[in-house]
Amino acid sequence: MAAYILRRVWQMVPTLLGVVLLVFILFHFFGADPSVILAGQNATQAQIAAIRQELGLDQPLYVQFWIYLKSIVTFDWGRSWATNEAVSNLFATRLPATLTVMVPILVLDTLLALPIAMWVAYHRGTLADRTIMVITTVALSISFLVYIIVGQYVFAFQLGWFPVQGWSDSVWRNLVTYVPLPVMLAVMVGLAPQTRLYRTFFLDELGHDYVRTARAKGMTENTVLFKHVLRNAAIPILTNIGLALPGIFVGSFLIEVFFSIPGIGREVLLAVNRSDYPVIQAVTVYLAVLTMVINLLTDVMYKIVDPRVVLK
Amino acid sequence: MSAVLPAPIAPTAAERAEGVWHAAWRRFRADRVGVASLAVVLVFFVLIAASALGLVAKSWQDEVGVANAPPTFVGPAPAEATGAIEVPKGPNVDLSDIDPLAPRYKEWDERAAKLKTTAAAKRETLPLGGDRFGRDVLSKAVKGTQISVFVGVLAAIVATTIGTLLGAFGGFFGGKVGDFLEWLYNVFESIPGILLIFAFAAVLGRGIGTVVIILGLTGWTGMYRQVRAEFIKHSTREYVRAAEAIGASPLSRMFRHILPNISHVMLVRLGLLVVGFIKAEVILSYLGLGVPVDAVSWGTMLAEAQAELILGHWWQLATATVFMAVFVTAFSLMADAARDALDPKLRGLE
Repeated sequence: MAAYILRRVWQMVPTLLGVVLLVFILFHFFGADPSVILAGQNATQAQIAAIRQELGLDQPLYVQFWIYLKSIVTFDWGRSWATNEAVSNLFATRLPATLTVMVPILVLDTLLALPIAMWVAYHRGTLADRTIMVITTVALSISFLVYIIVGQYVFAFQLGWFPVQGWSDSVWRNLVTYVPLPVMLAVMVGLAPQTRLYRTFFLDELGHDYVRTARAKGMTENTVLFKHVLRNAAIPILTNIGLALPGIFVGSFLIEVFFSIPGIGREVLLAVNRSDYPVIQAVTVYLAVLTMVINLLTDVMYKIVDPRVVLK
Repeated sequence: MSAVLPAPIAPTAAERAEGVWHAAWRRFRADRVGVASLAVVLVFFVLIAASALGLVAKSWQDEVGVANAPPTFVGPAPAEATGAIEVPKGPNVDLSDIDPLAPRYKEWDERAAKLKTTAAAKRETLPLGGDRFGRDVLSKAVKGTQISVFVGVLAAIVATTIGTLLGAFGGFFGGKVGDFLEWLYNVFESIPGILLIFAFAAVLGRGIGTVVIILGLTGWTGMYRQVRAEFIKHSTREYVRAAEAIGASPLSRMFRHILPNISHVMLVRLGLLVVGFIKAEVILSYLGLGVPVDAVSWGTMLAEAQAELILGHWWQLATATVFMAVFVTAFSLMADAARDALDPKLRGLE
């Protein structure tokens, strides 16, 4: 196991190098000249030249890449060009808000979608199954944007059940007051695709011979479903949760913008609009690392859930 | 040897094995939901073609109605009490002896009378209402459909082209080329999609063409994976080895022999991409990273609708939502039906 994890970590190095290279190329060759962005509208040539020198833009490319690589390895991500806030500080202060919203969304989505999907898969082909499938198809075709616009208008503005937007310093107050509406809307949106996906996993398992064998042995339907089918469907379900997991660290841009939640998503969007390159570069690289680590953890989880899995 | 072989009998139409596309079309026609959704999608494409040719919704930017004109079936908006200061009654004070402009008033009136002004009659109601400039929401929705679907389809084609080319080379050649492409795939996969889109948007700027490029450059990975798997599977099949034996070049084997045999897989994936990209365009345009303000798409309509809704003007939101929901639902159902028809093994799974 330890050898496996070590080897996987070692394999991350080239991929990570690729991510860094991609970000470097993207911002270096396609982005506007940082010195022009930084100097502002009324800059003289001398000012621009001075900034170029300060950022090392007058150095040869490989030197610049080396500087960039060094800054990533030493976790020195520099400062935001717009606010001069250290990027590492930016992460530390924005991440809690993002997690406060995203963790409940992921947990509720999974906990609601699994039983619904299992129920629908079990009653496959009946009217209820088809109705739910039609509802999910229609629900899927409406943009997330519409759910948020209408949800915020109806539940917060018209009915006044929730505050329209806002955030406080206390986690508890956030969870009780500000988080419920965005979480409810996001779960409504996420439920349809998750249910459909999990339904296919369960349908796949229900068609296997071991289900018939278990029934033939006289096991109750509950045992068949929850002990046999659920455990066998665990691997694709875990994969799916693993795929969704990095997302909770980016946050939902739309939710954070609409509900004024001071999280990472809103910060990234601000950075994109302000051409604040250090922030975008740092978030991209940091999330790539996180994604790779989560992928590794998911693979290790397979082994725990299903002893037949051989890690190689 | 050849002398004893009977002359090959040309197969008649009835004897010929049914082609995969014929069989798929036969199965597709039997699927009522699929046929109905195909019809809806075709209607949309006719509308888009008409809009692109300038037959309908050409003048969507004209301010034909009053600001926020309600839909016709709702009726004109009640006149609001303006709460203005009362106009004083009684004669105005004669200021002509101290007003320095007084001698010229007559001249100005005469000159003004020479010019003809026409006050454009603004309509009180529009079929599906108007936006805050009084532009017709129906025309906007039609034009927006054209832009949104255009972006979705074109971006899907870009992503499919990239994914297919890379997948074909990676799957067919393997080895060093395959390793390199797998590395590239891993790099793109390890950055969450929306973040990758943002990074590209930050450097490439705004505009319809840019959105297409961004979505295409970031969305090819799924197609690559699938095409690569199919190419690995097919490259050792007998028909490909037979082609090699008669001297077909690698490129010819890849794109003349294998590609047609996996085109149904690509078509299904293309359908999924179109739906995904249309939704992505809406969100990008809302966030100000997509379609520019001088164009209209479902995303820019929804972005405007947020402010209108608070004032009670719900029609633009409703129109954009319905147009999008109908198109995306029909397109998804059509793609599902096409997948079932092309790959009967998967029928009913999802």
